[in-house]
Amino acid sequence: MSPRARPLATVAEPAAPRLGVRKTYKLYIGGEFPRTESGRVYEVFGARGASLANACRGTRKDIRDAVRAARNVQPGWASKTAFNRSQILYRIAELMEGRRDQFIAEVMASEGIGRQRATRLVNAAIDRWVWYAGWADKFPQMVGTVNPVAGSYFNFSVPEPTGVVGIIAPEGSSLLGLVSRLAPVIVSGNCAVVLASESRPLPAVTLTEVLATSDVPGGVVNLITGLRRELVPHLAGHMDVNALDAFGLDPAQITAIEEIATENVKRVARPPVAGLDAFDWLSASAQSPYLIGEFVEIKTVWHPIGS
Amino acid sequence: MTLVKKPDGRPAASWGLSARGIPWEYAPAPESTDHIQIRPQYGLFIDNDFAPSRPRATFEVINPATEEPLAQVARASKADVNRAVTAARRAYDTVWSRLPGSERAKYLYRIARIIQERSREFAVVETMNSGKPIKESRDVDVPLAAAHFFYYAGWADKLDYAFPGRRPRALGVVAQVIPWNFPLLMLAWKIAPALAAGNTVVLKPASTTPLTAYLFAEVVRQADLPPGVVNIITGPGEIGMELVRHPDINKIAFTGSTVVGKMIARAVAGSRKKLTLELGGKAANIVFDDAPLDQAIEGIINGIYFNQGEVCCAGSRLFVQESVYEPLLDKLKARLSTLRVGDPLDKNTDVGAINSAGQLAKVAELVQSGIDEGAEIFQPDCVLPDRGFFFRPTLFTGVSQSHRIAQEEIFGPVLSVLTFRTPEEAVEKANNTPYGLSAGVWTEKGSRIFKMVAAMKAGVVWANTFNRFDPTSPFGGYKESGYGREGGIHGLGAYLDLSADGTTGR
Repeated sequence: MSPRARPLATVAEPAAPRLGVRKTYKLYIGGEFPRTESGRVYEVFGARGASLANACRGTRKDIRDAVRAARNVQPGWASKTAFNRSQILYRIAELMEGRRDQFIAEVMASEGIGRQRATRLVNAAIDRWVWYAGWADKFPQMVGTVNPVAGSYFNFSVPEPTGVVGIIAPEGSSLLGLVSRLAPVIVSGNCAVVLASESRPLPAVTLTEVLATSDVPGGVVNLITGLRRELVPHLAGHMDVNALDAFGLDPAQITAIEEIATENVKRVARPPVAGLDAFDWLSASAQSPYLIGEFVEIKTVWHPIGS
Repeated sequence: MTLVKKPDGRPAASWGLSARGIPWEYAPAPESTDHIQIRPQYGLFIDNDFAPSRPRATFEVINPATEEPLAQVARASKADVNRAVTAARRAYDTVWSRLPGSERAKYLYRIARIIQERSREFAVVETMNSGKPIKESRDVDVPLAAAHFFYYAGWADKLDYAFPGRRPRALGVVAQVIPWNFPLLMLAWKIAPALAAGNTVVLKPASTTPLTAYLFAEVVRQADLPPGVVNIITGPGEIGMELVRHPDINKIAFTGSTVVGKMIARAVAGSRKKLTLELGGKAANIVFDDAPLDQAIEGIINGIYFNQGEVCCAGSRLFVQESVYEPLLDKLKARLSTLRVGDPLDKNTDVGAINSAGQLAKVAELVQSGIDEGAEIFQPDCVLPDRGFFFRPTLFTGVSQSHRIAQEEIFGPVLSVLTFRTPEEAVEKANNTPYGLSAGVWTEKGSRIFKMVAAMKAGVVWANTFNRFDPTSPFGGYKESGYGREGGIHGLGAYLDLSADGTTGR
């Protein structure tokens, strides 16, 4: 036995604290995790001031790439059966459940709240996916109609996804706020380009890692992190974005953003007048099938009845 | 009241009849205007009273088929807009919002009944003021307008059943701005659901076509509607903008061009006004080789020449599968040659007058662009009346996707014919427009219908039919054709605040 080959068990040095492996937080575009094309980052701090990570400082080009990815896969996502989309949303909840502890730790760090509160928020976020999963094949029955026209025609109306929806995620509620706005957008077959919370983007990035490993096709959800003043006008003005969820926007900015959005007649979901500071994401009103309805089009079909 | 004059003693056949198209002549069959009383002057209708604008100003309204004046109409000022909105607010606060839904319903039923009773009067005035053929105003516009009031009347006391989990509430004062192509019908589409939902209304008709709106104001008085519930003001587009900008408006409903729709959306950006827009269109009408061709021909004709093509959902782009292109085109040209163009008051007229000189110039300009860009024009050789704003039904072949006539909304009797080989190509071409209001599909194959219906980015898809409308049937666009729906339960929701949760929380 060579003297160098001592068994490990006999090492007597004191155990050094293990150096953690940090995560690089990236964008999520078309099912992949690119860095921003700008090559720039901004530092993200926890609510108590500690530096948490560098996040990508996304650009207009990143938004364009994300919109293109969303547009490419949108017809395929919309043409999946409602039952299929329902199962895929449910699958997101399953995978989030497995990462519960990670989400709780990230929400605690991001939002500066205690474990108990963070646990409630993460649980609600997971449950929200389950709730919306169930709507996939029920919402069309709730708002779809057969119309008794005064003539010999069969006439019905069905909801269809609007297309590509830009989402300005709530700034404060890093995970539950985002999930509450994202789930009703994609459940009907829309694809989303999300601007994450600027100050609290990390749980959103982790959510995209869940989406990438669930059955959500790449491109259905795309996430850009960065500075809102640099990104929001480009998202609101993009001519291939059909609708804008501005619920997470600072109400002081809504006038300018709505004006930009008129360029291609975007549908805009406005922020509450008082902003989101006092908004309770755990309340019943934070989830509603009528939110799904903000991002659908009603299509009416006529056909003659005859022999 | 002056009748539309026959042009200079030419034979009846010259009233738009093509000697080639129809092997017989039609004698003139003008609808009587004896019973029509158009007043020389109309004031603004505020608080159930007709009163001059302040300061007093008027503009002339003419018959587009004769270019003769019909009446002088008050031109509202900014102060008048404010008076109208104030009247509507007062009526909302003191009367209308306190009335049980069942009472609102009865008022609406009354209105529906009075429109039915006075239907011929409405039809004749509508035709005189808009230029549309009497058979259309008589058989489509007016009956549908009455039906809209009848349909929405029934909702007024059933709102609690319409939207699961919500407690619907009226919005308040609604501003409505409507176009000149279906003056009374658009009024009905706007006012009926607004009142049923419990709102009060200030409506601005198009400046060229206010007469049936003022006739409707008389109906409002006959129905004993409380003063201020319906107010009608007239004037140019700026007055419409003043109206939608008014701070005491809660909801805006606009039907008109995409350009103006965007202006309105910008004007209300940042406000909390609820907005619905029904804007332009460039509908694709797609004919597959297995379609019943004769039936399709009627649908194509109705799709683009109904109301002189002045229809936002007009089937202005015809896509024909290559294998049936030639037989279809032959039939189409033959059918086009049988259309009778001329006196809108004649019961045999198919295509009446374009609504205004300005619109006629726009149509002519776009048709010229089609010629200049190399498309091939076909027009039947019908004789047009000497006076009035008439335009021959027109079709273009050899049209490419990039031509202006294939891209821009013409709002006139002009059809662009294009071809395709596969369903995928048809879908691609049909959806290649910023608009998305309507579409048509012609095929005998059921599974193909549903595939095409799903693929069309359009709010209304007519399969083996075209240009059908019904109060129960939601209408409205995708993309730059606007948002929100009119008609049906969906059209009701557009006039309600649905933010209040009515669930029990279980």
